[in-house]
Amino acid sequence: MMKEYQLIVVGGGPAGLAAACKAYESGLRDILIIERDKEAGGILNQCIHNGFGLHYFKEELTGPEYAGRFIDSVRETSAEVLLDTMVLQVTEGDGGVKLVHCVGAKDGYQILRAKTVVLSMGCRERTRGAIGIPGARPAGVFTAGAAQRYLNMEGYMVGRRVVILGSGDIGLIMARRMTLEGAKVLACVEVMPYSGGLTRNIVQCLEDYGIPLYLSHTIVDVVGRERVERVVVAKVDENRRPIPGTEMTFDCDTILLSVGLIPENELTRGAGITMDPRTNGAVVYENMETSLPGVFACGNVVHVHDLVDFVTQESQRAGAAAARHVLEGAADAEGAISVETGGAVGYTVPQKIRVGNLPGKTCDLFFRVRRIFGDSVIRVTAENGEVIAQYPREHMAPGEMEHIMLPKVRLEKAGGKITVSAEEKEENAQ
Amino acid sequence: MTQITCILCPKGCRLKVDEENDYKVTGYSCEKGKAYGRDELMHPVRVVTSTVRAEGGAHRRCPVKTNGSIPRDKMFDAMRLLDGIVLESPVKRGQVVVKDILGTGIDFVATRDL
Ligand code: SF4
Repeated sequence: MMKEYQLIVVGGGPAGLAAACKAYESGLRDILIIERDKEAGGILNQCIHNGFGLHYFKEELTGPEYAGRFIDSVRETSAEVLLDTMVLQVTEGDGGVKLVHCVGAKDGYQILRAKTVVLSMGCRERTRGAIGIPGARPAGVFTAGAAQRYLNMEGYMVGRRVVILGSGDIGLIMARRMTLEGAKVLACVEVMPYSGGLTRNIVQCLEDYGIPLYLSHTIVDVVGRERVERVVVAKVDENRRPIPGTEMTFDCDTILLSVGLIPENELTRGAGITMDPRTNGAVVYENMETSLPGVFACGNVVHVHDLVDFVTQESQRAGAAAARHVLEGAADAEGAISVETGGAVGYTVPQKIRVGNLPGKTCDLFFRVRRIFGDSVIRVTAENGEVIAQYPREHMAPGEMEHIMLPKVRLEKAGGKITVSAEEKEENAQ
Repeated sequence: MTQITCILCPKGCRLKVDEENDYKVTGYSCEKGKAYGRDELMHPVRVVTSTVRAEGGAHRRCPVKTNGSIPRDKMFDAMRLLDGIVLESPVKRGQVVVKDILGTGIDFVATRDL
């Protein structure tokens, strides 16, 4: 019979690399990482700027350096890396074995067997089509990440006069990058009344270079025959509808889109795994296990992170859990607490907690708020309405993922569900 | 009084720096941020990252960074030093690409193996 891996990791970006390393550390030996690119490291390879690793390595690294450290760590394990290979489907075989169907330049089509699978496919960018920008269809419209790959890895400058739509981190990073390479970045245009990127990127990538950020604005027209010649930008009202008479025109040859990321979950859906419409990722338990026992998910394929450090930590949990599944048997799915959201909390990860399965005294919970909060408090309420935990915050924003640690002893008495909500502190509320 | 955002960590504390009062800083959550607020107004510095041409490797560009901060007003001049540099594979992470940028004592180093 064909070899059965203890673990197959789908995707060799930061999530997959960390999960594989941790699974090895936790006792697994037959591990395979499948990566569709010609090298491991994922998106980090094109993120040449610094700012990675402050939480995890306690120093400031560039993307390639952060990836390089994990690639080195994987080399020290017995994990194999299969490059240039795309996973098409994950199915279940007899006795719960996972069948990973993949196709690669070297080995053609093959079906690999594994006891457990970690899904770490990451995410992709929203495109022009996904957000429906009006106007002509000339060349010169790129997603920010595609432009980043052209510039930083392939060595092509994508334009000279640039307008950026959306204030996501990749767009902000590219504003600085293009400016340093001699392009003129005329404006960054954001439809929301707040930025989608980290504050430090606003400071270091826009303010340092005097690039204006237009909040509550959007592109209402793209003009150009062969190539983009200009864009028209207008202010929007509370319903994000353009306000006539507020139009501004920018003469530019390039538009970069930084308008959000979508977890890449075709495989997850294909495997029949329960999805969360709020994250566009799988519903996961406290150990990153999905609704399909033995299949785990971690990193941006579960929810979009703003820091790779948190991807690493989350993926290590998934890797450790996969090892535990192989070595100690499946987790008991009985009595899972479901985590609900209230008061402007957009989603949580995990969405379900099996208290008996928590390895430590706390349960990490990540979430995002849907609007900006000043001095506020995060409340966790039990099924009976009792507050079981509170966390003060001076500032919360949709662009910054929140992290709380729920004490296990409190969860034990919480009943069948808990609710996570955020509120402005009493004394500030009017 | 100037209000700035600390960029040393993603927490992004909002600092207030009082130029009239010996650059006294408030609003920080750690000592690093306190020092940053002062430095940022007195002599701002940045780490610069970019790429240089690479021959014989998996990609045409090799990413580089300054292995320390350089004065903010020297960023564009530092970038110009990278023009025309061609690295031959194999490149090692940490390998010096430009030594002593503009007399700062800081080097450009490669940030990946190629
Ligand atoms: S003051 Fe400290 S905690 Fe706050 S942003 Fe700066 S480095 Fe981070």
